[in-house]
Amino acid sequence: MIEIIDLHASVEGKEILKGLTLTVNPGEVHAIMGPNGAGKSTLASVLAGREEFEVTQGSVTFEVKDLLEMETEDRAREGVFLAFQYPVEIPGVSNVNFLKTAINEIREHKGEDPISAKDFMAMVREKSALVELDSKLASRSVNEGFSGGEKKRNEIFQMAMLNPKLSILDETDSGLDIDALRIVANGVNKLKTPNNATIIITHYQRLLDYIVPDFVHVLYNGKIVKTGPKELALELEEKGYDWIKEELAL
Amino acid sequence: MTVIEGNNISFTEKLKGTSLPIQQEDLATALETLAVTSMPTTRVEAWKYTRLTKIGKVNFTNEEVAVNSIDNYRICASEITLVFVNGHYSEVLSSRQLPEGVNVELISKSTHQLEKTSVKLEGEIFNATNTAFLNDGVIIRIAANAVIEQPIQMVHILKGDHVISNFKTIIHAEKFSKAEIVQGFFTDEGTSNFCNSISEINVAENAHLTINKIQYESEESFHISTEEVQQATDSNFKINTFTLNGGLVRNNLHINVNGKNCESHLNGAYLLKNKQHVDNHSVVDHKVPNCESHELYKGVIDENATAVFNGKVYVRPDAQKINAFQSNANVLLSDNATIYSKPELEIYADDVKCSHGSTTGQLDEEAVFYLRARGLSEKSARQLVVSAFIGEVIEKVENEEVVTFINKKLKERFDWNI
Ligand SMILES: Nc1ncnc2c1ncn2[C@@H]1O[C@H](COP(=O)(O)OP(=O)(O)O)[C@@H](O)[C@H]1O
Ligand SMILES: [Mg+2]
Repeated sequence: MIEIIDLHASVEGKEILKGLTLTVNPGEVHAIMGPNGAGKSTLASVLAGREEFEVTQGSVTFEVKDLLEMETEDRAREGVFLAFQYPVEIPGVSNVNFLKTAINEIREHKGEDPISAKDFMAMVREKSALVELDSKLASRSVNEGFSGGEKKRNEIFQMAMLNPKLSILDETDSGLDIDALRIVANGVNKLKTPNNATIIITHYQRLLDYIVPDFVHVLYNGKIVKTGPKELALELEEKGYDWIKEELAL
Repeated sequence: MTVIEGNNISFTEKLKGTSLPIQQEDLATALETLAVTSMPTTRVEAWKYTRLTKIGKVNFTNEEVAVNSIDNYRICASEITLVFVNGHYSEVLSSRQLPEGVNVELISKSTHQLEKTSVKLEGEIFNATNTAFLNDGVIIRIAANAVIEQPIQMVHILKGDHVISNFKTIIHAEKFSKAEIVQGFFTDEGTSNFCNSISEINVAENAHLTINKIQYESEESFHISTEEVQQATDSNFKINTFTLNGGLVRNNLHINVNGKNCESHLNGAYLLKNKQHVDNHSVVDHKVPNCESHELYKGVIDENATAVFNGKVYVRPDAQKINAFQSNANVLLSDNATIYSKPELEIYADDVKCSHGSTTGQLDEEAVFYLRARGLSEKSARQLVVSAFIGEVIEKVENEEVVTFINKKLKERFDWNI
């Protein structure tokens, strides 16, 4: 589904990603773990098309297309979704209204007709129930006055509404209490199909008890330095990242 | 032809002096002012950021002409709709099904002398021009205790090159009355035309008056309007000013809070592009205790446009227990866009709650990115964030038809698509 080869990216002249390679196939769940500042969010930002990040080398192919050549909105329309580590508040922009516009612009992009008001509302009801997001919250201004947990649930609600092929969840679990974590994980699991894929960026092994990854990658200093099965997450949790440094003599 | 000697202005040279029943004293003052006053330069404090050179260069004329329809200019479907073209009443386009409690009189049809004006004429070149060359005007009287459900709509249209409309609106909202005035200002065709409008508004004891004012003249038009408001005890006055188009626009809003326990609400939104210049000057003068005023102006300025906000709030020495809030927020969408914002509080009483603030910033790019990451085009994302910003002012309008009209015009002018 996505093939990232030797990706180098800089921000403000500083190289953050230093040759990252990763392939994700349909139906797979990949976890990316790594210490603070390793470049995890940078990877997410580059994939979403944030302009401050300059790709200096490497390629990203999404299905058959060159992802790096696409505008942010076209990436979203092709099926890439980023759940933000820090979702912004947008006062005055209604959550459901903007989602309706987004869905219709995505449909237009695919040559489909706009969604009917009735179908849209039914979808809002169904998907907000999936993440137990109060439907009142769903129709309020985007993230305005939401608690941390509500913001993260709103991200998954939007993911459910947009039905992406590839979802990148950037620390969606951080700051969540165990109940909220279960709800979010449950939502993600229910959205999983053999045709879509998920990249979970996280600090903590905890989330991976609920969303079981097929692969765990360690991102360190701008590169993936180790890949293993889900057990690798437990090992990281127990021993921290230093042993990897030693093992790999980094 | 009225010949004025001794000043350096020629923009009124081709105009015919008014024949309306203005107080002799006012007319004399106006003519005297025009004789001795020059076009203000930017060295004059009140016009520091607004250059009037362009107006001074035009030799304005006035003609009574017809327009075919007001379909594009009708803000709401009121049966009380008064249409003025170049400052002259259009019988055919107007509808005057007046409910009980509303009295409308044209100054040109009036048999009485006008009362002495409440606006300053000395040194005020545009007020003096308005008085000396008054085309027509309307006196609207809302009877005591009358509650008028339908808005009273006034549609002002400019048509023709170099046309000036000198128009006066006098509103008497009598005791315990409640009414809404909707005003629209438009250009039908022509360049360098000029709407020079004065409103004298009296809100009597316990009366509620709301004005929704929409400015949508062309980018080649000039507009200067002055609203002089007097509020008596327990009254409530609200004015929402939307400047959606216009070349050079200056709004002078002056609220005299003369009676206790009043509420004054001043809201404004301006969205500018190209070389537009929009200047909002407001004064709220709290002369007596126990009143509150709320002022919110928001602007979005694009391309080479310039906006000016100057809001003064006075709290006079005996005016205790005043709550006065003022805020001006601006978003600049281009590097060449300019805002001069000057909120001013002058407080001479000690037991008051007042605040003012002015902010200027760029559009929230994080928000735009977030929306694009959900599949919205950059254009739609920007539009949503801009309209949310302005939405706070639009929300102050209670009349749904007015809101719909504003949104329609925004779509038209800024090519908004959602
Ligand atoms: N917008 C930015 N400007 C400057 N430096 C940045 C920016 N974003 C991230 N960085 C730097 O890039 C490095 C990686 O950050 P990030 O990708 O957020 O790490 P992680 O998500 O793995 O904790 C850090 O050193 C951080 O300071
Ligand atoms: Mg991060």
